[in-house]
Amino acid sequence: MTAVTLTVNGTERSLDVEPRTLLVHALRDDLGLTGTNVGCDSSSCGACTVLVDGQSAKSCTVFAVQADGADITTIEGVADADGTLHPMQQAFHEHHALQCGYCTPGMVMAAISLVEEYPGLDEGGVRHGLEGNLCRCTGYQNIVDAVLAAAGSGGD
Amino acid sequence: MIPAAFDYEVAESADHAIALLAEHGDDAKLLAGGHSLIPMMRYRLATPSVLVDVGRLDDLRYIRTGNGTVSIGALTRHSELEHSAELAGACPMLASVAALVGDPAVRHRGTLGGTLAHSDPASDLPAAVLALGGTIVAQGPGGSREIAATDFFTGYFESVLAADEMITEVRVPAGGGGWNYQKFNRRAQDWAIVGAAVAGGGSGVSLVNMGSTPIRASGVEAAVAGGASAAEAAAVAADGLEPPDDLNADAEYRSHLARVLTERALNAAGVA
Ligand SMILES: Cc1cc2nc3c(=O)[nH]c(=O)nc-3n(C[C@H](O)[C@H](O)[C@H](O)COP(=O)(O)OP(=O)(O)OC[C@H]3O[C@@H](n4cnc5c(N)ncnc54)[C@H](O)[C@@H]3O)c2cc1C
Ligand code: FES
Ligand code: FES
Repeated sequence: MTAVTLTVNGTERSLDVEPRTLLVHALRDDLGLTGTNVGCDSSSCGACTVLVDGQSAKSCTVFAVQADGADITTIEGVADADGTLHPMQQAFHEHHALQCGYCTPGMVMAAISLVEEYPGLDEGGVRHGLEGNLCRCTGYQNIVDAVLAAAGSGGD
Repeated sequence: MIPAAFDYEVAESADHAIALLAEHGDDAKLLAGGHSLIPMMRYRLATPSVLVDVGRLDDLRYIRTGNGTVSIGALTRHSELEHSAELAGACPMLASVAALVGDPAVRHRGTLGGTLAHSDPASDLPAAVLALGGTIVAQGPGGSREIAATDFFTGYFESVLAADEMITEVRVPAGGGGWNYQKFNRRAQDWAIVGAAVAGGGSGVSLVNMGSTPIRASGVEAAVAGGASAAEAAAVAADGLEPPDDLNADAEYRSHLARVLTERALNAAGVA
């Protein structure tokens, strides 16, 4: 076992993991943060997306030991302590950007990172930027509208 | 799926990484961004017994320009290539090809050294480095050597790198004429079914996913040098190649794509 210290949603957490433990399993199984989902075996669906040091990462494709010392943000950490939704969550809510909700945590985390990385996104940029996040329900239109609204680049 | 168990070592420097590789022998592997290795380990296509993590070697994350050459540290991530103002000025082709790799989350983790060492004929950046006439610097127990990209790739997922060597730097010429990269795929965030890279106004041409390595299209280069039009030069792009047959495309279709994409890339790079 290897000792790992992660700052998860602002709180320092120490855990002992096998080196082969994927970050997503450390988050879900060791820390009980089950908002981050696993949707595939091939690093292709994005349901497991979290922020590692502020940037989106597929937590099924990162070993927990690689994240030792890193700042991790999961979907549980984006709303304010009083329950006020993060602007991206609020936009998803207002634009009906989810149906079953399975892809949503990863989609919201990827979208938060995308808007930060690419200022002035247009519709094409949002579609291209979220290509690594699959949704089997919505047909994407409302997700794109929500992200554009949160980015302040229009969308209704 | 969960990878097989392994021992984990953190490298403190390139020298330390190489010493760890030498100590643990053939079963040890370097771990950089993990975005090729971890998927392979999850499928148990790779079962290294020791991983040497070089992902924390921040002194190998840099982009420097001088004497007509751009030198890039091996641990530089795809997203750092994509967003570097220095690279956009000195070698815009590499920055723009980096932006086409996977999706943003992949680009936040994957590294230039990792994608070259992985030597996947379907990858984008190896073909770009090949077309640019780049050089790969590898360090081993006996010191460093420079390997021309043309000599680097030897087969599917194979290169001339020895088991105890590490890529430390990649060099490409700065500036250098018209360029273009054509990536053809059908699914979001996927690898190219075929790709064509043109650098130096047609003096460097390479193909993605047209054989067991990224391939330098020397016939096309010779035709351009001899004054052929883009259409004439591109007509020989697939000559003598044995592209793969798979679910995405058969060999004949790939050969057709290679000709069409090469012509488009040559045109966009300024070859009439
Ligand atoms: C969902 C997904 C989509 C992708 N799409 C694309 C795509 O469209 N186009 C594309 O080109 N790539 C794509 N990739 C691959 C991506 O670019 C990888 O990041 C890259 O190929 C490997 O870099 P890495 O740093 O992650 O290497 P790792 O996975 O850490 O290592 C790969 C191999 O290289 C060795 N290695 C790593 N660094 C060094 C070094 N410095 N010296 C010697 N050996 C080393 C390792 O031991 C291992 O064998 C995709 C990956 C994923 C997961
Ligand atoms: S679970 Fe990570 S990409 Fe699908
Ligand atoms: S809302 Fe069901 S998968 Fe996206």
